[in-house]
This record gives sequence, C-alpha cells and structure tokens, in this order.
Amino acid sequence: MATQHSRSAARLMMAPAVVLLLGWMLVPLLMTLYFSFKKYLPLRGGDLGWAGFDNYVRFVTSSAFWPSVMTTLIIVGGVLVITVVLGVFLALLLDQPMWGQGIVRLLVIAPFFVMPTVSALVWKNMFMDPVNGLFAHLWKFFGAAPVEWLSNASLTSIIMIVSWQWLPFATLILLTAIQSLDSEQLEAAEMDGAPAHSRFAYIILPHLGRAITIVILIQTIFLLSIFAEIFVTTQGSFGTRTLTYLIFQRVLESQNVGLGSAGGVYAIILANIVAIFLMRIVGKNLDA
Amino acid sequence: MARAVTSQRKALNTAIAWGIGLLIFFPILWTILTSFKTEAQAISDPPVFLFFDWTLENYGVVQERSNYMRFLWNSVIIAGGSTILGIIIAVPAAWSMAFVPSRRTKDILLWMLSTKMLPAVGVLYPIYLLFIKMGLLDTRVGLVIVMMLINLPIIVWMLYTYFREIPGEILEAARMDGASLKEEILYVLTPMAVPGIASTLLLNFILAWNEAFWTLNLTAAKAAPLTAFIASYSSPEGLFYAKLSAASVMAIAPILIMGWFSQKQLVRGLTFGAVK
Repeated sequence: MATQHSRSAARLMMAPAVVLLLGWMLVPLLMTLYFSFKKYLPLRGGDLGWAGFDNYVRFVTSSAFWPSVMTTLIIVGGVLVITVVLGVFLALLLDQPMWGQGIVRLLVIAPFFVMPTVSALVWKNMFMDPVNGLFAHLWKFFGAAPVEWLSNASLTSIIMIVSWQWLPFATLILLTAIQSLDSEQLEAAEMDGAPAHSRFAYIILPHLGRAITIVILIQTIFLLSIFAEIFVTTQGSFGTRTLTYLIFQRVLESQNVGLGSAGGVYAIILANIVAIFLMRIVGKNLDA
Repeated sequence: MARAVTSQRKALNTAIAWGIGLLIFFPILWTILTSFKTEAQAISDPPVFLFFDWTLENYGVVQERSNYMRFLWNSVIIAGGSTILGIIIAVPAAWSMAFVPSRRTKDILLWMLSTKMLPAVGVLYPIYLLFIKMGLLDTRVGLVIVMMLINLPIIVWMLYTYFREIPGEILEAARMDGASLKEEILYVLTPMAVPGIASTLLLNFILAWNEAFWTLNLTAAKAAPLTAFIASYSSPEGLFYAKLSAASVMAIAPILIMGWFSQKQLVRGLTFGAVK
C-alpha cells in the first residue's frame, strides 16, 4: 500500500531519531572501548600509552571484583523475589471487592514516584538511624537493642529500600494482568470444587506468567544499575559495592579511566546478556 | 445469607488492603508529617504522631538556605525540555514506523530499545569528557540532551504502540473522501493521537524528573536539579529531619501527583502494551 513517495518520506521522518540514537550508542561505546586499552590516569600523568588487556585482567583479578558481582546479584535477586512474591499477593488482594479500592491503589503505587535520592535518604535517616530512627524506637519499645541497619545489615537494608520502591511497579503490572483474567473460568473451577490454592496454581499463576516475566526483565535492567540508593546511603561501604558502583569509583573517584572503562565493558556485556532475553520476549509480543 | 457472607468478606478485604496500603505509604506519610514538626519534635523519643505543634517554618528555611526554587526550576527545565525535545524527534519516527511499516521496522524498534540497556556507568567517562570539551558540564542544555537521549527509545516505543492502535479503516475512509496526506495527518490522525502523546509526555516527565545517575554526575552547582539538591542533605551537617522532610516533600509532591494521574498509562508505557 505504501508508495515509493511515502516510503522515502518515512525514511526521512525516522532519520533524526535513528541518527541521534546511533551516535549516542556508538560514540561513547567506542571511546570506552578505546580507553579500556589505555593506561589513562587524568590526575596522574594523563594518557600513559597502550595497556593491552592489562586493565581487563586487573579489573577481574582485583579483590573487589567478585564481591561486587555477588553484591549486585544478591541485591537484584533479593529485590526480584520480594517484589514478585509480594506483588502477586498484593495484586490478588487489590483485585478483590472492597471499599475505597481506588484510594488503596494510590497508596500502594505511591513509592514508585518517589525520587530514589529521597527514598534512600528518608529510609536511612528517619527509619534506619540507630539513634533517632523509627525502627530504633520500635526495637526499644519491645526491649530489643536497636539495629545499626546500614552498617550491620547493609545489604538487607538496601534490598528493603529498593524493594519498597519497586513493589508498586510489580503490583501495578500484575494487577493489570489479573484484571484481564477471564472470570468465568475461575467461577467454573470454583463450581467444580477446585480449592483456592489449586485455582491459584493452575489458573491464575499461568495467566500471570507473561506479566511476571516482564516485571522480572524490566526490573532486572533497572536494578543492575542502581546507583542513587547506594550513593546517598553507604557510598559502597559495608559490602554494598555493586559492579556499577565499583566502576563509578574507579572512573570518577580514583580517576583510573582505563581500569574503569574495562569494568564498563564488563558491565555492558553483563547487561546485554540480560537484554537478549528481554528483547526476545518484547519482540514476541510486538505483533500480538 | 450469601449477601451477608459477601459483605463480610468485603469488609475483611477492605481492612487488610487498607492496612497494607497504609503500611506501604507510611514512609511518605511520615515524611509529610515530620516536615511540619519542629526539629526537637522530629526526633523526640517516643515519636509524636499527630499531636504536635504544626509549623510551616521548615519549608521557609529550606527555600532560604539552599534556594529550592533554583533546583526546582532546573528540574522543570531538564525534565520538561528533554520530554518536549524527545517528542518532537520521536513523533515523526513513530508515525512513519506505525503507518509506513517496512520489513526492517521491527528490527529498528528493537535496536532502539537495546540502547536503553547500555549501562550508564559503562559510558560515563566518555560523556563526561565530551561534556567538558563542549562546555556542557553543569549546564541545563547538556542535561536536556542526555535525558532526551536516554528516554528517546521509550518515547518512540510508547508513541508507536499508541499510533498502531489507530484503526486503519478510518484512514482509508478519509482517503476515499479525497483527503490529501497533509489533511489526513492534520485532521484525522493528529486528533486521535493526542491522548497517546499526552500520556507519553507525562510518563517521560516523571522518568526524567527522578533520574539520578546522570544528574548527580554531570551537574555541580549551576544546573543541579532536585535529585542533587536532596543528595546534598546526606552530608552530616544537613541532618535535620524536619528540614530534610520538608525538602523531600517539595521534591516529590509534583511528581507524585502527576504519577497518580497517569497510573494507567504507566503500565502500558513501561511494558509497551505487552501487558493488558
């Protein structure tokens, strides 16, 4: 149906977006790749020549590398488990008939709109502070010693903060999916005497499959690069240094651009492994 | 009988859901309450909940001490500017992909989305360097450009999903009636696309407002938006709970309200219509 004329018009209309994104992707990527093979220390002599694969080897063999990968995986995994499990539960709950459903929904999704720097600071000071935080008061009320959250339970604390921010997203997506469930099928199962847990396991959960996959994949992409939450709480200390944060420290704090860039390349590879799965799923749904 | 059971269940659902809802909302509620307390009341032991002397003093102090308005203005310019610029570039692109699809359209869309997977930290230094060379570091223009680029794939995708839902029959009918391509776009398609464009604007404004990695790393004093303004409260001398709360409320209130209005679009926007 499209004529030659409209086709070239279409190409012209697409060009700005394509060119800009291509530049945004290729230019910094090639520079990162270039720097990763350099001994480059802006504050200590600048460009000191080629380094071959030194940076790559040094980055992987540094004592901080594997712990940072572990930290990243623990945070991503922890948040995913919490948000998906609680998200399914909350979505099921919010789907039930109740009074003030609209308002409850607004309360539940609110954290998603809170700036990450705000949520991290509020949690850190007003809840997790060992002297003045609400948790400390609560612990004391029950006669327990206050917990030094961000230093003694640092990973748990970060996972709590980030889960609070992402639970609304999971809930909202899953709720949307539940609402599209054919209620006749559920009613029929109920009539046939299927107990609630098997209705959940055999009807609801399979129906949610796609939504859960999407929640997991989208959250993973964002969670792999969480930054602000760590920046304003622990600054990467107490075992909360993720791969993103480690690279950030190498590049900007210790100004070792070569080493940091090699780390960046690793991060890009890691993210792309995840991205391939996401692309497949989104691509499959494109024409649906 | 059946009715009684239902309304009992409804009451139970209501109680549980409100309990959980308030629990999740509590950190925000507590921040709002604390922002109206004096510093002494904010850290009093045991904590005071509602019965304190409400004061607006903190809001005044926050504005005076760190010029909140300037940060707010930076946030508005950066989030607003990048969204508008993004829309201007994305509308024609999404438009042509939705209405003049070719075999490669799908590949282009997926490739665009893949740029979103590029971890920011991996390309931080090159961008930082380019910004220094071009004099864009700590400028609003610089951040508008970066925010536009990181959100452009999402804008294109969202618009594409919305445009695709415009039924083709209407276009054909317009063509039959002798509408030219220009008339078709101006009088038939555009009015139908306005709701989709509006939700795209809204969602991208929210994403740009809350983005923290680039704003923290590419701004210092002049162009810093609210994300950086709040981060400045993490220093020990900034630790006044009532003031921190007032500052937080001032940073999140506009976007929270916008977010509540756009919750339906959020699902579609963030999953590209893959979840219905």
